[in-house]
Amino acid sequence: MKKRPRILAISSAGGHWVQLRRMRPAWDGCDVAYVTTKDGYRVDVMQDAAERDQPTPRFYHIVDANRWEKARLVRQLLGILRILLKERPDVIISTGAAAGFFALKFGRFLGARTIWVDSIANAEELSLSGRKAGSSADLWLTQWPHLAESGSGDRHPEYRGSVI
Amino acid sequence: MIFMTVGTQLTFDRMVQTVDGWCESRKTNAVFGQISDPGPKGYRPAYFEWRDFIAPDEFNRRYEEADLIIAHAGMGSIISALTMAKPIVIMPRKAVLGEHRNDHQLATAEKFADRSGVYVAWNETELPGLLDRLIENPPSANGEAASAFADPQLIGTVRDFIFSDRKAG
Repeated sequence: MKKRPRILAISSAGGHWVQLRRMRPAWDGCDVAYVTTKDGYRVDVMQDAAERDQPTPRFYHIVDANRWEKARLVRQLLGILRILLKERPDVIISTGAAAGFFALKFGRFLGARTIWVDSIANAEELSLSGRKAGSSADLWLTQWPHLAESGSGDRHPEYRGSVI
Repeated sequence: MIFMTVGTQLTFDRMVQTVDGWCESRKTNAVFGQISDPGPKGYRPAYFEWRDFIAPDEFNRRYEEADLIIAHAGMGSIISALTMAKPIVIMPRKAVLGEHRNDHQLATAEKFADRSGVYVAWNETELPGLLDRLIENPPSANGEAASAFADPQLIGTVRDFIFSDRKAG
């Protein structure tokens, strides 16, 4: 039997995280590591895995940062690189924002296949990180049908339903 | 009980101050708020109990106990309300006021305005009147609770990809 796929599911805390977690049946039965910017989510992740009879996932906490906090961004990036080297995931999935973009970009160099699901909050245009992540995403999704034709160049994100 | 939240990242004084004023003028102590760290210069509510941040399990408990949610137009707040079938008032942050990086919350509010149980206050002047109306005529339970999970189509697409060998180009 083939080894269970190793999944790295990563996002910043808050709405991105809520959306990422709503897709979790997609990686049921896989060998999963979660990465986010808030350690407080650990308890829920472990409880939910136990309740849903899933293998115990690993949970990593990284520093929070936005695109104006350069020093924190660097620390966040280093944290992500360390986790990627340790985890060596087969598939990386993210809903955003900067942390997910970093993970897809560098994870791909390490041979991972990548999924970007742009946040449903971006109803008018793809997020900045979502547009940038497009070139690093093997599966590039938007949650709005009218944005499926957007994007730059000849590649467009696909619409395959939403998290809510 | 009314639970107010500005989300996990940024303060939202325009909403917090309006809700504080509403509590004062309506002489109510029904509100509990999570308002993010106001810092030395930020607004500190005087007429309702509040915290900077609360742990995820307390956040869920506050949501469960609330009859009404007041929130910024952030997806975490909206999704939590829809899955717990709680009526929610959302007020979008505006970039021009430095409340967020861009105006995506306006677009979010527009897209979710016609969902059952979602009420939009487009600005701080609309908020008190909207709250009055909802207190006077409490919305019946917000229809059926949304599923705890994403659309089956989305979950299926992601799962198929995970178990495929697909790569782009």
